[in-house]
Amino acid sequence: MVAMPAVDPLLPTPYIVREITKETPDTFTLMLRPENGDSSSPFLPGQFSMLWVFGVGELPISISGEPSRHDRLTYTVRSVGQATHAFISQQRGDAVGVRGPFGVGWPVAEARGRDVIIVAGGIGLAPLRPVIYDVLANRKDYGRLVILYGVRSPRDLLYRKELAAWARQRDTQVLTTVDYGGISWRGHVGVVTTLFKYARFRQAQAVAMICGPEIMMRFVARDLELQGLARENIYVSMERNMKCGVGFCGHCQYGPHFICKDGPVFGFDRIRPLLDKYEL
Amino acid sequence: METLERIVADHPFFQGLDHDFTELVVGCASNVRFKAGEYIFKEGDPADTFYLIREGKVALEIFAPQHKPIIVSTLGVGDILGWSWLVPPYVWKFHAHGISDTRAIALDGKCLRNKCESNHDLGYELFKRFAHIMEQRLESTRFQLLDVYATRR
Repeated sequence: MVAMPAVDPLLPTPYIVREITKETPDTFTLMLRPENGDSSSPFLPGQFSMLWVFGVGELPISISGEPSRHDRLTYTVRSVGQATHAFISQQRGDAVGVRGPFGVGWPVAEARGRDVIIVAGGIGLAPLRPVIYDVLANRKDYGRLVILYGVRSPRDLLYRKELAAWARQRDTQVLTTVDYGGISWRGHVGVVTTLFKYARFRQAQAVAMICGPEIMMRFVARDLELQGLARENIYVSMERNMKCGVGFCGHCQYGPHFICKDGPVFGFDRIRPLLDKYEL
Repeated sequence: METLERIVADHPFFQGLDHDFTELVVGCASNVRFKAGEYIFKEGDPADTFYLIREGKVALEIFAPQHKPIIVSTLGVGDILGWSWLVPPYVWKFHAHGISDTRAIALDGKCLRNKCESNHDLGYELFKRFAHIMEQRLESTRFQLLDVYATRR
């Protein structure tokens, strides 16, 4: 599914930072509203925006908020460089330029009537959160919702309160795991694939959506196939250095694909051959 | 009431095991319980047992001097705890403690080793199953070592 912005895709729209939430020591969620009070751009789960931090630069960030909230856009950003650090350092009332949304989102329409398996690693839960919102807001339209989430350590867990709230929902299973746990951590310890044996879903009627480091997605997809999921029912979100957002500049070319326009979400059957290559 | 034989035969680790072999294994089995926080074994202790976890969750912990304990893996229902009983010098390499109250089947390693020595078909069958578990855990450990969620600046 592709939803292209109605305005010039290369022209940023001014938004104002309204809320800042610290998720982890280096990860923040910022909620933005249009400066002119209009509705925010509608988006599909899995799409991303290009965010202008004035005077610093532009960065591609997946939208992590509720698709049904038309008054805001929400982004969860981990500080890993100058531009992301500048973005999370914004204060309430600061202006940010927003282009987009861009790209192909998660297959939420195709997933209706089926079990939805969300597998996220680290910050990868952010682009998947809109899918979770959509499934929970339209609960009767979907089968079971299984959320498997792996992070490095307990302090790196995003959306802790929401994870607990989602786990209390009907037909929903939330399993989190950390690579390394301290003595006070009472949850799972081990890589995210070790959670599969506890996950309950109907293999033949499930759609899996995976987001995380590419090596993690490869392992997860492989194990999901071993669990009986068909490759065409597995989707991954790819990340590259997006610049224009509309497939003009070629910065994000990945084999025959432009990640910004043809992705970032791809069917695993399309992307699998490329993940076998050392470098592209 | 569930018999030990039924419980062992139904555990994922022993599923599909020949009935005669199951009987031999059950001869070395007993029911055990551990309270949350209780140590099941500690590094350096003789490893004469392994466990089929039936209920609860167990943490494998590395002891590091001047450091808080590090939990490197958790095991739950359907998992196997411990393979040091298979390999000389038969000594535990980690600590293990219950995260929650845990029920398990304990299998006497010495008893099983003797049965494997006298019945190599049983020994081969057990080693195949343990090799599979070892392969999975080795892969998970390698994956953990990659530290894929670390920040790359």
